[in-house]
Amino acid sequence: MGEGRLSLLPRAKMIEILYNIISDYTLRNVILGSAIVGIIAGSLGCFAVLRRQSLLGDAISHAALPGIALAFLLTLSKSPLILLLGAAAAGFIGTLLVLLFTHTTKTKEDAALGIILSVFFGFGIFLLTIIQKLPTSNKAGLETFLFGNASTLLQSDVRLMSLFALMIFIVLLFFWKNFKIIVFDYSFAKSIGLPVKTINIILTALLVFAIAIGLQTVGVVLMSAMVIAPAVAARQWTNSLSVMVLLAALFGAFSGISGALISSLVQKMPTGPTIVLVISAIVLFSLALAPNRGILWDMYRKKKNRKKIRLDNTLLNLFRLSKSHNDPYHAHDLKSLMAIDPTGVREAAIELEQNGLVKRAGSRWGLTKQGIEKARSLAQGGVF
Amino acid sequence: MLSPQAEILILAAIVAVACGLPGVFLVLRRMSLMSDAISHSILLGIVLAFFIIRDVSSPFLIIGAALVGVLTVILTELLKKTGKMKEDASIGLVFPALFSIGVILISKFAGNVHIDSDAVLLGEIGLAPFNRLLINGIDLGPVSWWIMGSVLLLNLIFIIVFYKELKLATFDSALAVSLGFSPAIIHYALMALVSITAVGAFDSVGSILVVALIIAPPSAAFLLTSRLHSMIYVSALIGIISSVSGFYLARIFDASIAGSMAMMSGIFFLAALLFAPGSGLIAKLITHRNRRYEFALSMLAVHLLAHEGTRKETEENTFTNSLIHMRWPKRFAEKVISKSVKEGLIVDDGKLLRLTDFGRSTARKVMTL
Repeated sequence: MGEGRLSLLPRAKMIEILYNIISDYTLRNVILGSAIVGIIAGSLGCFAVLRRQSLLGDAISHAALPGIALAFLLTLSKSPLILLLGAAAAGFIGTLLVLLFTHTTKTKEDAALGIILSVFFGFGIFLLTIIQKLPTSNKAGLETFLFGNASTLLQSDVRLMSLFALMIFIVLLFFWKNFKIIVFDYSFAKSIGLPVKTINIILTALLVFAIAIGLQTVGVVLMSAMVIAPAVAARQWTNSLSVMVLLAALFGAFSGISGALISSLVQKMPTGPTIVLVISAIVLFSLALAPNRGILWDMYRKKKNRKKIRLDNTLLNLFRLSKSHNDPYHAHDLKSLMAIDPTGVREAAIELEQNGLVKRAGSRWGLTKQGIEKARSLAQGGVF
Repeated sequence: MLSPQAEILILAAIVAVACGLPGVFLVLRRMSLMSDAISHSILLGIVLAFFIIRDVSSPFLIIGAALVGVLTVILTELLKKTGKMKEDASIGLVFPALFSIGVILISKFAGNVHIDSDAVLLGEIGLAPFNRLLINGIDLGPVSWWIMGSVLLLNLIFIIVFYKELKLATFDSALAVSLGFSPAIIHYALMALVSITAVGAFDSVGSILVVALIIAPPSAAFLLTSRLHSMIYVSALIGIISSVSGFYLARIFDASIAGSMAMMSGIFFLAALLFAPGSGLIAKLITHRNRRYEFALSMLAVHLLAHEGTRKETEENTFTNSLIHMRWPKRFAEKVISKSVKEGLIVDDGKLLRLTDFGRSTARKVMTL
């Protein structure tokens, strides 16, 4: 909704905003920061979604909250590096606990994820309320980790985020082939002797860090959407993993930047939710319209197929009926066709006539020469 | 008249039990995370319902918000049915979007809606005693008692009346279909119940911690028992203990009550995971250890019997040889031998390990098995 408002602004105002974006310190950080978050979460999210671990991201991001709070409580510093490492450590512990719960007891994955995300979050809230009552002066600001606030990003934050993003990308490129095999054929990866466990751990660690660097911008509550949504949208447009990762990064960056911009330009728009709405719109668009996999495309294809089947069926039925008369051109009343299959016979007959496959004589319909040839090839093709 | 603290404690217990009842079935049906989705998206329901009804304590508000909860479930299933994504991704797409709209509406119209984003996450159980139900000037206790009490009652009635149907739909939905009733109806009824419970509990514990009370106590109970009805009782009990201990923990640290309730429910789950008799991690560890020793004791007896009376006896039936032949670590071998002596299987005369009669018969028994 904010986007629409933006484009309605007068030209001079637009230029002013663009100028601000380039020169304004805060805005520059906001854009760079949220672009990095979108790119990293989007590309790592592809692996999570393809591995059916979408909600692991939700658990990791919620589990990170007590890590942030503990890191602050232990060091009394709000250094972004310390908070980020705290978040990542707690997220990783949460993931390990999910594995422990599901592998050693009859607890199912959904319950394990739910317990980790809600209990860790509860622990985080517990710690945050304690921190709020501390007498130290620099305690404010940790609440931004709940819903995220891109405008609190400092240049040092952005620098740290880009450093981590770069490291994630290097590891991602280095292990690209291994990750790919693990995602698409786990047992094959195992059978050719790949260290699947180690690769798994590395991939999960990357996801944890990808989530950790996004928390300040998007917030723990909604970070999971940044992991899942770009990947789902990207999946719609391609069947290749590398293209999917690139697209997801692009969608992530676009939603990150536009969401963060809207939230810093429009009054009282929290960053995380705004970004989520933008990426959700992209998902809806991709789901509906993407060529080949889009829902509209599906519907069109289904309709076309149904029509083709109906035409072929009608033609074949006419052909079979005429066979019993020893005259391939013998015309029949539509009623005899309807006795075989009543749906859409008249429409099909009219369409067949337009194609020159059928000829009408009064109320009776017979095959043309072309029609007989077509019917014969259909019958020989073994379609029916 | 009860003290405010006692009133909060009672409310906390009611909330915990009310959440655990539908939670048992969610956990068994492997749909725990639906509660996460529902508890988030009802925020949008609450905001929208408030815009229409303009009364926070109206029961219609609860119904309106619960409808959005059911809508979440329907949307999630629709997305899944497109075949473009798996169920987990569809859950993860729907609720953040609805929740985001809710949060944005709240922050845009914060003045009009009496909810702020802190309350969304934390709940305000500590404030419950201040909002009282007065009828004809008679104080009937906190309003939340009545709201959550009704929710609890509704859950109880539903589970008692439809116990058989729920049980069947949960454990054998194919049989349920063949017997002529639709598990889908039970499914949606359960989802509506979860939504109503989440809306009711929302005030007290906030949107995310509700999830802890819905999932953790039933999951702990699931580890402790394998009968449905005892799972319900145990889960209710764990819910009450979590909420009461959580309340006191919060008082000691002067921290969020809802947060500590969620924490305690996690701690009790962990306790069940570790200490559950038979299936707990510690019990499993002990059984594993015992089996290892049992096996080692028999192997030693068989080994000794095989070489007893042969020329190699002096060479084979010694401590050092049992180390080498059995490939046991030294400390383990020492323990096995001292255990064997203690159980009367062998005698250790310092040079040779000799079988006793009991040891011989044990070894023979093992070999004939």
